[in-house]
Amino acid sequence: MKVAVLSGKGGTGKTFVAVNLAYANKNSVYIDCDVEEPNGHLFFKPVIMQKTDVNVQIPVCDEYLCNGCRKCVLFCEFHALAYIGSKLMVFDKICHSCGGCEIICPQKAISEKNKTIGHYEYGYSGSIMVKTGILNTGETSGIPIIKQLLKDDPYNTGKDIFIDCPPGSSCSVIESIKDADYCVLVAEPSIFGAHNLQMVHELVKLYNKPYGAVLNKCTDGKNPSADYCQEASIPILESIAFDRELGLLNSEGKIAAQESEHYSKLFISLLEKIRLGVEK
Amino acid sequence: MKIAIPADERNLNSQVCISFGRAPYYLYYNTDNDKADFIENTAANAPGGAGIQAAQSIIDNKADILLTPRCGENAAKVIHSSGVRMYKTVPGSLIENIELYKKGSLEPLTEIHPGLHGHR
Repeated sequence: MKVAVLSGKGGTGKTFVAVNLAYANKNSVYIDCDVEEPNGHLFFKPVIMQKTDVNVQIPVCDEYLCNGCRKCVLFCEFHALAYIGSKLMVFDKICHSCGGCEIICPQKAISEKNKTIGHYEYGYSGSIMVKTGILNTGETSGIPIIKQLLKDDPYNTGKDIFIDCPPGSSCSVIESIKDADYCVLVAEPSIFGAHNLQMVHELVKLYNKPYGAVLNKCTDGKNPSADYCQEASIPILESIAFDRELGLLNSEGKIAAQESEHYSKLFISLLEKIRLGVEK
Repeated sequence: MKIAIPADERNLNSQVCISFGRAPYYLYYNTDNDKADFIENTAANAPGGAGIQAAQSIIDNKADILLTPRCGENAAKVIHSSGVRMYKTVPGSLIENIELYKKGSLEPLTEIHPGLHGHR
């Protein structure tokens, strides 16, 4: 099964839940799609076996062939091209690598070159395969890296996969949950948390994914996220209490399910509930 | 000489628009015959790259001078490679800024912001 862990808001505990689920499941694949700030590897400390660059295609123009017709400039929906003083200017960071300018050029003056936007790496932490995507600083979209991370490969075959999504509910999250069999929505007890829980809830409904919520950092006080779950009939898979000891374990990069009997049991039971949700 | 300015409305007493790339109109003012043309900015609502397209249109419309309160880095790259000179407007109407430019009272725009990139 493929389980995606997401939350609208950052810092609710996506990585905590995804890492511990992958650990409790054993023999699983943990994929960190939060390519702008991947941190699951801090817990797993995998031995890296392979590093692969991720490239996108950027247009280059042959000035001798270009006749300045500007069909490419008019075509580009993202305005990544300008034609000034008989030269084509390309704005790499705005280009979405659609390849349209190359197709539309009647002079065949446009070709493409590779541009590296980041990389992904594979490694093992015991029986857990850890895959991490890393977007280079200053690049605008990590989606090409997420696509590479989630591609089927021999390492994944037959294994349970746990996907640690980027925060939010934008296209990078959509890319991360696309093939998931189940979505775990992690939420914290704040108004901000509940608002962003609503956003990811709408997203998983839109994509017809089975889902359930994990309420993290629960205290005796009000929990707007729990209220929202009740209101929207979201099944609550688990409520994890605010725990100073857990905070300490996390801050030391330790895996709670490995260090503590309590959390080991909690995540094994959470896994069972997810499995039931997938089968439904 | 032709002066371009981002405008909030289609009249010379309108305020200068605070955004270059996402201004609703551009005024082209010909100082030789005092003729004013307002042209709609088709990139005003573009999801991205509005500044680049706006800069392209300023150059295509053969402006010599651009008066603007600010300019993002991508638009500035296009403007700088064209020979169009940029001057910083002061709070006030389009016509007031044109008069100030004619008197030589506007400063060249040297401060380029890193771009808003979809955020307004």
